[in-house]
Amino acid sequence: MNNELVIIGAGPSGLSAAIEASRYGVKVLVIDENDRPGGQLFLQTHKFFGSRHHSAGVRGFQIGYNLLKEAEDQGIELLLGTTVWGIFPDLKVAFSRNTNGNDSVDAKNILIATGALEKAIFFKGWTKPGVMGAGAAQNMMHVYWVLPGEKALIVGAGNVGLIVAYQLAQAGADVIGVIEMLPRVQGYQVHAGKIRRLGIPILTSSTIQEALGDPAVEGARIVRVDEQGKPVQGSELEVACDLICLAVGLKPFDELCWSSGIDMKYMESLGGYVPIHNESMETTKPSVYVAGDVAGVEEANTAMEEGRLAGIAIAQKLEKLPDKEADQLKTEIRQRLEHLRLGTFGEERAKAKEMLVKLNSK
Amino acid sequence: MLDKLFNTSNDGILSIKRIKQLLGYPGTERFEKNPVVVIECDQDIPCNPCEDICPERAIAVGTPITNLPSVDTNKCNGCTMCISICPGLCIFVVHKNYNSTESLVYLPYEMLPLPEKGMIVEGCDRKGEPVCKARIERVIKGKKLQKTAVVAVAIPKEYFEIVRAIRF
Repeated sequence: MNNELVIIGAGPSGLSAAIEASRYGVKVLVIDENDRPGGQLFLQTHKFFGSRHHSAGVRGFQIGYNLLKEAEDQGIELLLGTTVWGIFPDLKVAFSRNTNGNDSVDAKNILIATGALEKAIFFKGWTKPGVMGAGAAQNMMHVYWVLPGEKALIVGAGNVGLIVAYQLAQAGADVIGVIEMLPRVQGYQVHAGKIRRLGIPILTSSTIQEALGDPAVEGARIVRVDEQGKPVQGSELEVACDLICLAVGLKPFDELCWSSGIDMKYMESLGGYVPIHNESMETTKPSVYVAGDVAGVEEANTAMEEGRLAGIAIAQKLEKLPDKEADQLKTEIRQRLEHLRLGTFGEERAKAKEMLVKLNSK
Repeated sequence: MLDKLFNTSNDGILSIKRIKQLLGYPGTERFEKNPVVVIECDQDIPCNPCEDICPERAIAVGTPITNLPSVDTNKCNGCTMCISICPGLCIFVVHKNYNSTESLVYLPYEMLPLPEKGMIVEGCDRKGEPVCKARIERVIKGKKLQKTAVVAVAIPKEYFEIVRAIRF
């Protein structure tokens, strides 16, 4: 079996790349370890920011359904419940399936679109039942329809923390508050404004010291921190809660990048180590591409655009698309990406992305 | 003690002072007339669906897309279409002189159950704190609104710049 393009990850970037490449006749196989494609889009119940090009005003899960429909209409082959564990130098993609053991496929091109992993912070009692990542809480609510807790404390006031607080409140939990170590809210003010209007407090310059309760979470001890981030003695407070939800950032899910020998670079504003890549999303390992959060943690719109960019570049490389048309399409996508990275929240990411491309050309 | 700490925190809330400085915030005279939009958007997020949806072309974001929305309050007729499209849920329509004693505030609402017409609920400020009683006058929903209902509440006039949420 020799596939023109094997995509690892059926999230927003992987599916967008698959749809774009197969539109021009590339034979695509998409592999995902989950039983359902769509990635994190199905955890995103809020309406998307952006412009008309980016389905602004449409909810994330609806965008997910639209992508799945498009992928299905184009007859894209999906291999679900399948974990890729290695990429060999001759572009052999090795994977394991629960029931069928190990297997592999040969690829002419590979796109790594594995997304991101949640970061954690460590404190006394952090392994107790009731302490979980925001993504876990979102999965319980939106995929399994289970309320992860009755009384929730959220740690981290970035967009994910603010959104999960809103979602928990919608699902019927009592959200006692959102605490943030830094002296200001990290996410969008409008997301913060939504939960404040629901009466959910946000406390900055504060962190968690201990998850209380035995064996499961019955409360939390939180503490104020000074400008250096050090706990202020005597400011400890105990609150009752049965859910402590950690929303302290994401990092690229980059194991496959490392193990396949792609040159990596640490970029604070992109969440950690990211694969160096060119303007067409091709890494330092020829014919291996990256797109989405694994290429730097951003948001679903940029992930989808990067996926499209990679899909078109691969179709061009395989001579399914004339250079002139491909270059035109790629230019349009790069312009839209530029727009998505405008403003205070995006400019650091824009700079980091530029640097990655510069490093690649060296 | 925690309650006290939490309650005194203004993190994540736009001050009324800042809101009044925003582009297109209706002037005192404009509020006296028909319903008008109030957009409480203060960050350079690349986003412009409010501009696209406005049938009167009263809202402008323009280029770059990170501009804050400006409003031509003479063109705005308070149609409320922008309320539910805003991903930030930060758009409201205010009819100050709804009647001799009350104002009407249209706000986005995404909780269940939805309130029903005629219900008396708490009118809350931007911190979610009840400030007055509010009467539900209309609940607008439908496929186009994509699960963001628009609720119109009648409140004592003095709160037309304060009430931005309800609780019941």
